[in-house]
Amino acid sequence: MRLGIGAFELDVDFKVEPGEVVAVLGPNGAGKTSLLRGLAGLLPLDAGRVALEGMVLEEPAAGVFVPSERRPIAMVFQDYLLFPHLTVVENVAFGLRSRGTPRSEATATAHRWLERVALQQEAQRKPASLSGGQAQRVALARALATNPALLLLDEPMAALDASTRVDLRRDLRRHLESFRGVRLLVTHDPVEGMAMADRLVILEQGRVLQSGSPAEVTQHPRSRYVADLVGVNLFRGRASHDVITLAEGGSLTAAGAGGGDVFAVVHPRTVALYRTRPDGTPRNVWEGRALDLDRQGDRVRVQLAGAPRIVAEVTPAAVRELGLDRGDTVWIGVKATEIVVYPA
Amino acid sequence: MALPFRKPTRVRPAAPAALLVLAAVGAAFFLLPLIGLLLRTPWAAAWDQLRSPEVLTALRLSLLASFSATAIALVFGVPLAWTLARLTFPGRAVLRAMTVLPMVLPPVVGGVALLLVFGRRGLLGGWLASTFGIHLPFTTAGAIIAETFVAMPFLVITVEAGLRSMDTRFEDAARTLGASRWTVLWRVTLPLVRPSLLAGAVLCWARALGEFGATITFAGNFPGRTQTMPLAVYLALETNPDAAIVLSLVLLAVSLAVLIGLRDRWLGAS
Repeated sequence: MRLGIGAFELDVDFKVEPGEVVAVLGPNGAGKTSLLRGLAGLLPLDAGRVALEGMVLEEPAAGVFVPSERRPIAMVFQDYLLFPHLTVVENVAFGLRSRGTPRSEATATAHRWLERVALQQEAQRKPASLSGGQAQRVALARALATNPALLLLDEPMAALDASTRVDLRRDLRRHLESFRGVRLLVTHDPVEGMAMADRLVILEQGRVLQSGSPAEVTQHPRSRYVADLVGVNLFRGRASHDVITLAEGGSLTAAGAGGGDVFAVVHPRTVALYRTRPDGTPRNVWEGRALDLDRQGDRVRVQLAGAPRIVAEVTPAAVRELGLDRGDTVWIGVKATEIVVYPA
Repeated sequence: MALPFRKPTRVRPAAPAALLVLAAVGAAFFLLPLIGLLLRTPWAAAWDQLRSPEVLTALRLSLLASFSATAIALVFGVPLAWTLARLTFPGRAVLRAMTVLPMVLPPVVGGVALLLVFGRRGLLGGWLASTFGIHLPFTTAGAIIAETFVAMPFLVITVEAGLRSMDTRFEDAARTLGASRWTVLWRVTLPLVRPSLLAGAVLCWARALGEFGATITFAGNFPGRTQTMPLAVYLALETNPDAAIVLSLVLLAVSLAVLIGLRDRWLGAS
């Protein structure tokens, strides 16, 4: 699908298998919300195609556009958007009533859904008096009560307190598991994405950079964004006879690098620092300058300028021993066997 | 030993005396007429005056006309407000200006303009008379039209402002739940702008109730037919001043009730 809003352009292409939970992960402004709005029919596409269970919902080239209200798609909005003038049970019954279900039947179904999310006590309350977690469950019940084929969740945890997030994420995961359709959630929180999804789709500046299981994505990052999320050094370059010439300057020697365009990942913990030029084992040795030292728990992350730039993770004791401070020059060593190389 | 600096004791800035005097004159300017009205009210005879046929007739007509005008304004003004708030089309700014014009236009001019359209030889008046046998000028319907013309802008701009400030994502949410545009309007949009609808309707009604210039120009001054309260007050002032005062008092009471009803909106939490 492709759509443009002003200068912003979203151009994505991916498939979701039946019953799958997919998390679209990306920084703010990557186009995550636009993607959901496009799928829901709230933002018309410029080109491309949206199809669900073999039914084409939108295809501008073919003149097909199914309006939002007739798409079998339900959405849980970022701040839930529960109708403030309706009670909780009226909110949950709204979708069924809108689709012509008689009032008594819709209300009965809504009560059953409230029971499933353990909110039957709050049925007659107004949304304003609910806690964030309760509001989220009402929003989920309201969306699922329409029996959609695709459930979209826009940053479902963003409106919640950090202190309750872990419990509520587990609850949400459990509720999502009881739903059989396709679930697509967008989030800027990698932990949330990895905790809830079978598959991650990485979106940046309106483009899909990578897609795969959380394990695949974290082990073989294909973008700086993912590498930063996982906390590893990512390099891109051309490999030839185990030597990778990097796009940003410098080169790395890696065991079994093969040939062609490759990504190389170096975990910061495998980067060694020396006061003087080391001789011996590491195949990759270059000089760098410490830009920043950042203590994280029992580790210190050292940002290093050089060819190439790299981040090292060492112990506070090692920093003391090296007498390392911001602006100091050190020697950097990386073993050829510690570099993970895969084709770009 | 003197302290190097004084501890600041004054939190509020001092008001210039001249400003306070002018403000007091301004306040008195509003208060004195009200006090005058209350002082001169013939309280003993007020009840009898209120029950006199002329007063009751004018009151009944005023209520009928002002409520009808408000109803018409709701039927046509809400869709107009929605169009102005939600659609972009060429000429929208002009349309909005035309809508607001009756608020600043001298009502007499409005009355003349209405005569030119709905009068016997007006643009539509002749056609209405010959085709449907409808005569608007100098009828109760004419009084209602005149009041609607002057009062509807209050409803339109209040509702438009409400629609503009509402979070339209609630409408998106309703649509993803399967609500048609019509259902969205009735079950989401209008309930969410209810405070604006109420305020707009009350303002519109109060303006219609007090309408004088356009009504007397377009509908004339016939007791029982087009002589609304303000017209009756004006006429009674010459023949029966006590009745004029009692009628004024009734209108004042209505205005105060409106003000109190809308106090949260206008007076804030002071």
